[in-house]
Amino acid sequence: MSTNRTSSTASSSRNTARSRLKVSAPVSARIPLLVTGLVLIVVVLLSAAIGPADVSLSTVIQVLLSHVPLVHFHSAASNSAFNQAIVWDIRLPRVVLGGLVGAMLAAGGASYQGVFRNPLADPYLLGVAAGAGLGATIVIVANSGSTALLPVAAFIGGAGAVTLTYLVGARFGGRSSGASIVLAGIAIAAIFTAAQTFLQQQHAQDLQAVYSWILGSLSLANWSDVWLILPYLMVSTAVLLAHRRLLDVLRLGEEEASSLGLNPQRIRLIVVAAATLGTAAAVSVSGLIGFVGIIVPHVVRRTTNASYRVVMPVSIVAGAAFLILADLVARTIESPAEVPLGVITAFVGGPFFIFVLRSRRAHEGVL
Amino acid sequence: MSAEITVDASRENIVELRNVSVNYGSAIALNNATHSVISGEWLGVIGANGAGKTTLLRSIARLTSYSGEVFVDGRATSELSRKEFAQLVAYVPQKPELPPDMRAIDYAALGRMPHLGYFGAEGPNDREIAGNLLERLGLSLLAERHLATMSGGELQRLVLARALAQEAPVLLLDEPTSALDLGRRVEALELVDELRLERGLTVISAMHDLSLAAQFAGQLVLLDAGSIVATGTAAEVLEEKLLDFHFGTQVRILHTEDGELVVVPRRTKPKGPHA
Repeated sequence: MSTNRTSSTASSSRNTARSRLKVSAPVSARIPLLVTGLVLIVVVLLSAAIGPADVSLSTVIQVLLSHVPLVHFHSAASNSAFNQAIVWDIRLPRVVLGGLVGAMLAAGGASYQGVFRNPLADPYLLGVAAGAGLGATIVIVANSGSTALLPVAAFIGGAGAVTLTYLVGARFGGRSSGASIVLAGIAIAAIFTAAQTFLQQQHAQDLQAVYSWILGSLSLANWSDVWLILPYLMVSTAVLLAHRRLLDVLRLGEEEASSLGLNPQRIRLIVVAAATLGTAAAVSVSGLIGFVGIIVPHVVRRTTNASYRVVMPVSIVAGAAFLILADLVARTIESPAEVPLGVITAFVGGPFFIFVLRSRRAHEGVL
Repeated sequence: MSAEITVDASRENIVELRNVSVNYGSAIALNNATHSVISGEWLGVIGANGAGKTTLLRSIARLTSYSGEVFVDGRATSELSRKEFAQLVAYVPQKPELPPDMRAIDYAALGRMPHLGYFGAEGPNDREIAGNLLERLGLSLLAERHLATMSGGELQRLVLARALAQEAPVLLLDEPTSALDLGRRVEALELVDELRLERGLTVISAMHDLSLAAQFAGQLVLLDAGSIVATGTAAEVLEEKLLDFHFGTQVRILHTEDGELVVVPRRTKPKGPHA
């Protein structure tokens, strides 16, 4: 409930009933952010502690503290080269990368759902995945073994496919319709996927490598991956967060948004460009991890508030926590073997999603 | 009905259409429409289905491309920025989009958009304006309710609140009461009329119900096949032969004791034996 009241002295000339008017508090993401933030911290610490080599939680915290600038923390545990190697060099890059990718996929999904006003939109809607898949496959079959160029090719393929989708959709669908862009995305994705499948069949010896990339994995994560994608993700999420209020206005549809003084086509272009940039970067180092972009924003929407002022920031934190947790499961459930991350996100996420759909507001018929 | 208007001392034209035409492909939706609306007036736009009522409103609202010129407050609308225009004209479509899980107060506050910067958030002042409007329209107890839980009449008032939050002098309403029952219809129109007088608004509304148009709109424009075929007060425009011709039917116009016009449609075929 609201806590604010308008001051009764400021408008003394008005009637007294109005001066006691209760003004509802604006939509706030504070509490859900606090909760998801705490969950994220716990998940990060657990993920850094759990693995084939046993490291205690307190060791993890000590190692982390030893890397905090200006703190100059040192202890026996943090000075141990073994602990440093396990926690800082092996587990943490993977945890951080998982968090970044999860945050980006969730933010991208929320953005796409907002600009296309479609709850089923995910960040792969306009062809990022198909394009990145083709780019990665080309590199894998062209020089079996070396994977240095793989992220670059995946990024170019993903961003290129969406650019093509946008050009085709805007060229043939007129400027007013988001639907024509979505349809163009389906066509472009189909073409890119067909090309990728053809290449893959022609080079059966690389099938395993292509397949495991497509299912998504963070097993090769290192700090240089983190630094590689961080700039893209920061720009992308900053732009998307800045547009969260405008996404709320777009919920009224293009006409009503434009009669409120906005330019919906331009907002859509900016949001799609930002979301694509970040998603293509994320996919380039993690492969095609599905489901995160749909499930996370929806769970946030249904458990907190449907306003993008809440959905966008909370999805970013929740997406990070979700993917780190999913990756923890992926690497421990069949240890020492790894289950593909995309399998876990769908397998864990699916039932949870159904649970949320059932439990909350189902009676209101709110999609 | 217009006696109490406060801003009409100048009697200036606030909305002016000059030779406005709209084509959808080869179909002419609006044909060379020229008309002036005086500040503070309620203009009712009437005509049969497909006569161009909505198109007329949409061309004023800049939601369709047209030839000719539209002026609002003396300025050509084509030369205004989107934001400037939204500060002058508020538009309520026939079927507004109502996100079911949005709270009433947040929906009303969206009307403040034209007064905010691109990245600016609405401040306490904007929320107070939205809150005051909810109170004025009898919705303050529903401020935190989701739209999905509100009735048709409540939603209608909420949509009005959002439009009024724009604080634009011109209010365009496309069939504002089509979703309401008889009682709610009169209530909603009376509310619009009160607000018009309170705030000196100029109201332009497309209206289906001619009797209600006669009671609420000070001036009427009758459209047929995209052309303005009659303008004037209800007494001047609501004339049996004129309506018969342009609606392609037969009506009877009755005069009530208190001087109101009532337009009654008549059946054109004889009554069957068991009707």
